[in-house]
Formats: sequence, structure tokens, C-alpha cells
Amino acid sequence: MVTAAIPRPSRDNTSADPEVRAPLVLSGNDYASVTDKVCSIVEAKTPPDAWKLAFGIAATFTGILGLVVLYLITTGVGVWGLNKPVSWGFDITNFVFWVGIGHAGTLISAILYLFRQKWRTGINRFAEAMTIFAVICALMFPGIHVGRIWVEYWIAPLPNQMSIWPNFRSPLLWDFFAVGTYFTVSLCFWYMGLIPDIATVRDRAKGRVRQIAYGIAALGWTGSNRHWHRYERAYLILAGLATPLVLSVHSIVSFDFATSMLPGWHATIFPPYFVAGAIFGGFAMVLLLAVPCRAWFGLKDVITPRHLENMCKILLATGMMVGYAYAIEFFISWYSGNPAEGFVFINRAFGPYAWAYWTMVFCNVVTPQVFWSRRARSNPWLIFGVAFCVNVGMWFERFVIIVTSLSRDFLPSSWNSYTPTWVEVLTLMGSFGLFFTLFLLFLRFLPMVAMAEVKAIMPAPHGKAHR
Amino acid sequence: MSGAGSSWGLLAEYETPDALVRAAEAVRDAGYTRWDAHTPFPVHGLDDAMGIRPTRLPWLVLGAALTGTTGGLLMQWWMNAVNYPIIISGKPFNSIPADIPVTFELTVLLASLTAFIGMLVANGLPRFHHPLLASDAFRRVTTDGFFLAVEAGDPRFEAEATKRLLEGKGATRVVTVEA
Repeated sequence: MVTAAIPRPSRDNTSADPEVRAPLVLSGNDYASVTDKVCSIVEAKTPPDAWKLAFGIAATFTGILGLVVLYLITTGVGVWGLNKPVSWGFDITNFVFWVGIGHAGTLISAILYLFRQKWRTGINRFAEAMTIFAVICALMFPGIHVGRIWVEYWIAPLPNQMSIWPNFRSPLLWDFFAVGTYFTVSLCFWYMGLIPDIATVRDRAKGRVRQIAYGIAALGWTGSNRHWHRYERAYLILAGLATPLVLSVHSIVSFDFATSMLPGWHATIFPPYFVAGAIFGGFAMVLLLAVPCRAWFGLKDVITPRHLENMCKILLATGMMVGYAYAIEFFISWYSGNPAEGFVFINRAFGPYAWAYWTMVFCNVVTPQVFWSRRARSNPWLIFGVAFCVNVGMWFERFVIIVTSLSRDFLPSSWNSYTPTWVEVLTLMGSFGLFFTLFLLFLRFLPMVAMAEVKAIMPAPHGKAHR
Repeated sequence: MSGAGSSWGLLAEYETPDALVRAAEAVRDAGYTRWDAHTPFPVHGLDDAMGIRPTRLPWLVLGAALTGTTGGLLMQWWMNAVNYPIIISGKPFNSIPADIPVTFELTVLLASLTAFIGMLVANGLPRFHHPLLASDAFRRVTTDGFFLAVEAGDPRFEAEATKRLLEGKGATRVVTVEA
């Protein structure tokens, strides 16, 4: 193939020409310059000003989160606006929202790995980190919403003084196992990917403290090929295990709703609908973080326009799956002939929470449609805006599902409305604070791009580049 | 510190992954057993060039997965149907369909932990000292250096002959690593 004749701009690899293999790393970087670029972020004496400002804000909200959670635990769940019948509100909305965000990381690292989508290497590390931190935020909400957090161990199958065991026929218990497993497996996957890159930082470290700290974290990695052999096999196995796992987790989260009798929840479409929504919301969060990070930390050669474009396409596809699910829900509620089901959906679109419903539809179904245009897919500002909208929309999706169904179920005599208190609002904002605090610390102290994996997909110097 | 006489082995550096693969083939064919290649990323073809046999890790993972499946099913059956039967919505005490989600999660959990921890243990990690890590030349191994190390403990090791073999395959430099 004659590639020399084709002019290839060094900063744009979004060409749709199938005859040209798009480079995954731009501007003629080699192995050493990739290491330099990524490690310089971790090695800089002081982080960029934008980082300091963001960290200050995030840490403040993390502090607020600590205070409102303390207030909740010492006073009781009455400080929230929950009532009968609306016994789930912001707490479970936030839980499902954060678990959903946490799905993109494993999707990128596991499913795209199995499909040999090599472009994943530019973004998988920080998408995985994002997953870990989102799942931490998610796990907090069911943890605190039980009120008496000191008896939380009852959920685990441990012998206790009452000689009773957990009820394994409850979807809430399935949820504990699903999200707990997901967190553990994601953590293994993430850390395993980090080991060779932490070793890179160790080998470049100048100070004694850094050498020891990164030395311990790298576990003595020497890049031995006998090690790489088992490492690659273990990585493939983990990807194979994480793929059904990631699909199971949000399915099981959706069982919390689908196995109940409540109109608007009792639907077989829930598992695929929730999984598509989770991937949609997760990719939106990856874009929301990737767009500023690649600009602030000078990583535009590694997280290229092509990466953003690919993610926009996934956003468009999953957004339409979500839109399809919204439509089918309406259709089935009419087609079932069940008056309670029919009422719930009319009430969602035209009842007291109609504003939330239409916010959801606008953000999740309408805004991603701009990505049909290639110009839109290569405009970082627009991508950032749409990703933000999608995150808002996906939060409202869970709010609409939970609150509209609970507040107006079968019997009008038991209807009630729900308004969050200031404690709930601050807890939601605080969970964002916690997420961004952890994420910013990650950016500062760990390599945010999987260097070893990026190098493996770069053409080898002098040797025969694989075509 | 031990004296200059106690050498751990020889460390050779190569310019490219391809050169390293060719050197590995030569060392393999010369019958060495205690040697290794060190690279910043997994290099294609190096496993064959070194004659590494496939790891048995997948079988270990399969065993862990089956343990998770049977252990999960047995645990739920014993807890909810034998040791403390609870009536929930009139469902049977031993209701397999309701046990599947937890069984699946335990299968994946045990298999994944085994893959991760098994990989580390089989690789002898964590290990906080290695003679190679004390070598300054070796620091590039995690950036862009492609190395081949032969241990002095290898039965075929002879300082001069081994050095010639490594250099003959285009090593840019060969250094002695102290024990």
C-alpha cells in the first residue's frame, strides 16, 4: 500500500476513507515521548491551575457530604423528604445514576478489548478509574439509606446472634452481590492494568519517597516476558469475565424494580433498557472528563479526535436505544390494556412530574441527534455540552422511573408527592464532590493513559509495521 | 554489597522488538534455561521465540468458577431451605431461579480473583527486590528498552561465550549485573 502519497494531516485522524488506516497516536510520537507525555503529568512539581481550582471545589463538596451523611446517621432518615408511598427518592435515583456511570469503564476495557477495538487503549485507563469512583459513590447510597448503618452486616451471609440468614430471593440482596462483585472485579482489572505503568513511574522517579511508594505499588514488575505471558492471559480472562458481568450488573439493578408489582416498574424490557442507559450515561461521563483532560494535560496526540468521534457514535447509538425503550414502554402500557399501567405513563408525560419527564426526553433523545453530523462529532465544545446534557437526562430518567411510579400507584387514596429536602440535595452534590476528588487525585498521582497498551498498538520502529 | 566476583548474570539491550525476538530465538536454540526477555509492553512472537509453554492459569480459573457456582448454589439452598427456612411470597424454599443471580456473581467473583491473584503468584509477585532493578541500564525497560537477561546460574552460562552470543545478535550493549 502506498501511504506516502496520501497527505495525512498530523492532527486529524477522523478520515472516513477506508483505504487509510487511521493512526491511533498522532504527531510522530515514539515510545519515549508517550512515556514522557503521560508521566510528566504525574511528575510535575505543581499541577495546572485548573486542577487546583477543581480540586478545591470538589474537596469542599466532599466535606459537605461528610457532614450531611453524619447528620443523616445521627438523626435518622426522617431528614430526607421520603414518605409513604414514596420510600425511594434521591437516594436510589443517585445509586442507579452512579452505577450506570460506572458501566462505561468496564465496557471500554473488557468488551472493546474482546472486539479488538485498538483505539480503546487511549481512554481505557481513566474510564476504568472513573468506574471505580462512580461505583464507590453508588455503593454509598444504599449504604446510608438503610438508616441504621451499624447493622449493615446483616446483608452479608454471616452467622449472627439471631441465627437467621439473608433472604436470597430478594432482588435487593442480588444487588448487593452484583455491585459488590462489580466493584471488586473492576478494581482488579484497573490495578492489573496499572502495574506496568506504575513501574514506569517508579523507574523514572528521582526522589526516595516516590521510588519507595511507586516501587511498592508496582509490586516489583520487571517487564519480564514470562510475566507478560501470564499477564496477557489473565487480562484476556478478566475481560471475558467482566463482559457478562457488566451486562448482569445493571440487569440486576433493574430487577429491583422489575420484580415488583408497581405499574411502570413491572416490565420485562427493564434489563436491556437499563444496560443501554448505563452505557449511554457512562460514555457521556467519559466524554465529559476526556474533553477537558486532554486539553489541560496536553494529551491530544493520545486521546485523538478519532477517539472522541468514536465515543460520539456510541453515544448516538445507545441514545437511540434508550429512546426506543421510552417509546416501547408507552406502547406496552397501552397494548397491555392494564388501566394502572396506562395511567402511569400518561401521568409521567402530563402529570405533576412532566417537567422532569420532558427534560429527560430532550436531553437523552434529542440532543445526541446532533452527532449525525461529522462536524458536530469533531467539535469538543459541542461534545462537552451534549455529554453534560446526557448526564442530566440520565439522572432524570432514574428520578422519573422511581418517583412517578411510587407517588401514584394503584389506589388514589394512597397517593402522595415527593420533594427532596436540602439534605438530599447536598448529598447529591456531595457525591459529585467525592467523585471528582477521587478522580482528580487519580489524575495527579497515577498515569492516566495506559502507556504499555498504547505502545503495543504503535507501529514498531524500523521493524515491519503490521498492516 | 558483595564483591565484583559475584555476578547475577548478563543484560543485553536491543534496539527494536524484532532484534530482541531474533536474539531470543538464538538463546533458546543454544539451550539456555534460566533467562528472560524484558520489554515495556508484550511483544508479539516473543513467547514462541522463547519457547514459553502456555500457562495453566485458565484451568485454575475454571476450577475457581466451578467452585463459585456450586458453592453459591449450596450456600443459598442450605441457608434458606435447610438451616432456617423462610417463607417468602409462598415461593418454594429451594427456588433455583431466584438463586441464579447470586450464583452467577459468585462464579465471576471467584474466577476473577483467581485470575488476578493467580497471575501475581505464578509470576512470583509482589517481589520487592530484583538484581535487575538495581541496574541503571535497566531503567529504560518500562519506557523503550528491549532487554534480554541470562542468569549466571544457567548451566550453559559462560561469561565470555554468552556475551558473544548476545552481541552477535546485534545487542547495542551487554553489561554484567551484580548479584
